[in-house]
Amino acid sequence: MADDRSREGTETAVAEFHKKIKEAFEVFDHESNNTVDVREIGTIIRSLGCCPSEGELHDLIAEVEEEEPTGYIRFEKFLPVMTEVLLERRYRPIPEDILLRAFEVLDPAKRGFLSKEELIKYMTEEGEPFSQEEMEEMLSAAVDPESNSIHFKDYITMMVIDEN
Amino acid sequence: MGSGASTQHHFAFQNAEKAFKAAALIQRWYRRYMARLEMRRHCTWSIFQSIEYAGQQDQVKLHNFFSYLVDHFTPSSHNERDFLNRMFTEERSPRDSEMENCRDYESIEVLDSYTGPRLSFPLLPDHATALVEAFRVKQRLHARYVLNLLYEARKHLVQLPNINRVSTCYSEEITVCGDLHGQLDDLIFIFYKNGLPSPERAYVFNGDFVDRGKDSVEILMVLFAFMLVYPKEFHLNRGNHEDHMVNLRYGFTKEVMHKYKTHGKKILKLLQDVFCWLPLATLVDEKVLILHGGVSDMTDLEFLAKLDRHKIVSTMRCKTRKEHKKQAEKGKANQTSSAGRPSPWFLPQSRSPPTSPLRPSSQKAHRAGRSSSVPCRVPLDPNELSHWARHSMDLELERCRQQAGFPVIKEKEEPLPLASEADPEAEGGPEPTQEAWRQVVDILWSDPMAQAGCKANTVRGGGCYFGPNVTERLLQKYNLQFLIRSHECKPEGYEFCHGRKVLTIFSASNYYEVGSNRGAYVKLGPALTPHIVQFQANKATHTLTMRQRISRVGESALRALHEKLFAHSSDLLVEFKKHDKDKTGLITLSDWAAAVESVLHLGLPWRMLRPQLVSSLTDNKLEYKSWLKNLAKEQFSHENIQSSLLEALYRNRSNLETIFRIIDSDHSGFISLDEFRQTWKLFSSHMNIDVTDDCICDLARSIDFNKDGHIDINEFLEAFRLVEQSCSKGYASDC
Repeated sequence: MADDRSREGTETAVAEFHKKIKEAFEVFDHESNNTVDVREIGTIIRSLGCCPSEGELHDLIAEVEEEEPTGYIRFEKFLPVMTEVLLERRYRPIPEDILLRAFEVLDPAKRGFLSKEELIKYMTEEGEPFSQEEMEEMLSAAVDPESNSIHFKDYITMMVIDEN
Repeated sequence: MGSGASTQHHFAFQNAEKAFKAAALIQRWYRRYMARLEMRRHCTWSIFQSIEYAGQQDQVKLHNFFSYLVDHFTPSSHNERDFLNRMFTEERSPRDSEMENCRDYESIEVLDSYTGPRLSFPLLPDHATALVEAFRVKQRLHARYVLNLLYEARKHLVQLPNINRVSTCYSEEITVCGDLHGQLDDLIFIFYKNGLPSPERAYVFNGDFVDRGKDSVEILMVLFAFMLVYPKEFHLNRGNHEDHMVNLRYGFTKEVMHKYKTHGKKILKLLQDVFCWLPLATLVDEKVLILHGGVSDMTDLEFLAKLDRHKIVSTMRCKTRKEHKKQAEKGKANQTSSAGRPSPWFLPQSRSPPTSPLRPSSQKAHRAGRSSSVPCRVPLDPNELSHWARHSMDLELERCRQQAGFPVIKEKEEPLPLASEADPEAEGGPEPTQEAWRQVVDILWSDPMAQAGCKANTVRGGGCYFGPNVTERLLQKYNLQFLIRSHECKPEGYEFCHGRKVLTIFSASNYYEVGSNRGAYVKLGPALTPHIVQFQANKATHTLTMRQRISRVGESALRALHEKLFAHSSDLLVEFKKHDKDKTGLITLSDWAAAVESVLHLGLPWRMLRPQLVSSLTDNKLEYKSWLKNLAKEQFSHENIQSSLLEALYRNRSNLETIFRIIDSDHSGFISLDEFRQTWKLFSSHMNIDVTDDCICDLARSIDFNKDGHIDINEFLEAFRLVEQSCSKGYASDC
């Protein structure tokens, strides 16, 4: 009995995931032929609630690409893979406090802020480096023009409110 | 040995690793944030596009309304018959001799107190430049000069061929601009950034100069002025909005009447004529074809070059010649007996045949970033039907109209030659041929699509969707390199498609809202390689971060969406209840999304939008009744008006406004209480809106603010916050 109920629960969850995935996919299906440009897959996956790293994203793309990559991803291939990802709750988003700690690691002197240069250095030289465009966009919102620094606690709060 | 050193190394390594990981985490988080913004941007765009095109589908509803009137409504009084006649007949279009009489602008006096720009003819380049400057500082051109300029413009336009031929030998560069839609700031910006027109700097403006924006008059004045000053280098193409019927709905008529209360009507009449003298297309070096909408699989450039474009007064109706009636009667055996209904003169004749019930289908016709819903008339097999429709439908409609003894357009009945339809030369009558009208509608209304083929453009109700093969065939047939067209708003202001053989160029930046899209123009050098320049004519947007820009546009889109949701409250309630069989008052979010889509048919990603539309949840479920109530609270200011009535008004406002303006044939801006009541009574009974007579009377009376028995259309719409944002800025009175 319990098995039936839990199976039913999973089925409903899967059905719901399918609808969500389809919706997100269709936003980028410009030719209405159930394909999207591979360059948009990252956006789609991330807007479905996942937070993969670039490396993880590349792995995912490899799973959904054609044998001979065409530059397009087909929905038929994307759906089952993405459903699994959602069911397994992979690539969970980063909680606010973990994010704060990450900034604090980069600020060992515990000043409560990072200078613009420091942020640029970390974001473009460490981890999975930003492109120039990404860096500029982040700076435009994060930097306090008077002090030329990023007060990361406030920054995080602002971004989080914004999302909701 | 350095165990100390290795410990230091160890720590250093650990710290470096920590920093690396921390950075990676921040980047990962940030990229997700940006992705969500990007998704929101796309969704916002979808909202605007689907609402815009849903508005165009209103045309179809209007068509149905009038068909309904014809079929079911028997006027019971002299008044009612008069009223109906007003809706179904029109003033005769101006004849050439009457045009001569328009020189009576000379009798209009310009007072000494007038401080605006003054024009004298022939115009000199300085005059045109001064005009731009005057408008930039918000001056208004006196009606006399407006009429004078229009009169001179008409004289010039009459001499131009249907397809204007331009060569890059003479001017060094040609700049092509797309839709401006009354946004003067964009025009000024283009001239500022690209330079004013000159013998070395040719311009082509590809239609849709007017409607929607608030400075359509000024844009026209500038464009016509430069056209007169540089006739060889400055070119205009007609767009689907250069059409007095479209102007009734989309704001240009309103703008003219507001700015020129005394002489507005004269101006509108002259404009009606000037518009149909605009050339249909421009051809650069025999290689690049520039036209407003697109092409169809039937587009025939030679035919287009020869037809009498002046006869196509409006693409919103086609008065066909009598011999088609004869042909129809001959070919009766071949026609299916469709429920062909008489078609009022001012509504677009859709390619698809009428199908009975008004159930919008959920079939996806063509998306490409716009609504996936299809209006009432869904062709069963688009390709087949479009060919069929082309030949028989309009003949059938014409025949039915005549049969119904309908008080339709009766021009002077001239003895028509018995020439066959295939001979376009023998156009003795005042009306265009069926084919001529078709060809023009196609190039003014069509949109490109990704799929091959050519099918009826059901979203717009006119023209078609044309695929890459259609483009290819046309380019090959006429030995052309590529097509430049406009007609569709694009986020970047331009878009290539069909393997870069079709370029859409759109010059009205911030079209939906500040920050919604860029505008663009394209320069063609002697090699004819297109060079695109983008812009956004609002300094404020440059200082906003992407986040702020997206959220601002998003808010605006959401407001529009809220209004749409409110307008369908009753239907939504019914739909929600279906998902709540146990009457708990709650439904799941999944059910909410399904219900909303089934009512609104906007083809939007409701699950993605849900967080912005539904805020409070109980147990992850929605209390739908209070959600609907909240929607209502946001919308109306008149507590005493029955909410379902309000809903109905909101839902049908654009059609109501159009009907009012049609009734208000002298463009006074007023209709009588009686007319209002009659209109509303007819309309609501057709739309199955349940309102009592008393309610209508109350409504009418409450709107007649100064109790003089007349309703100011704009006040009426304003009272229910139905007026578009741009108009709320108001206009100064005329000169």
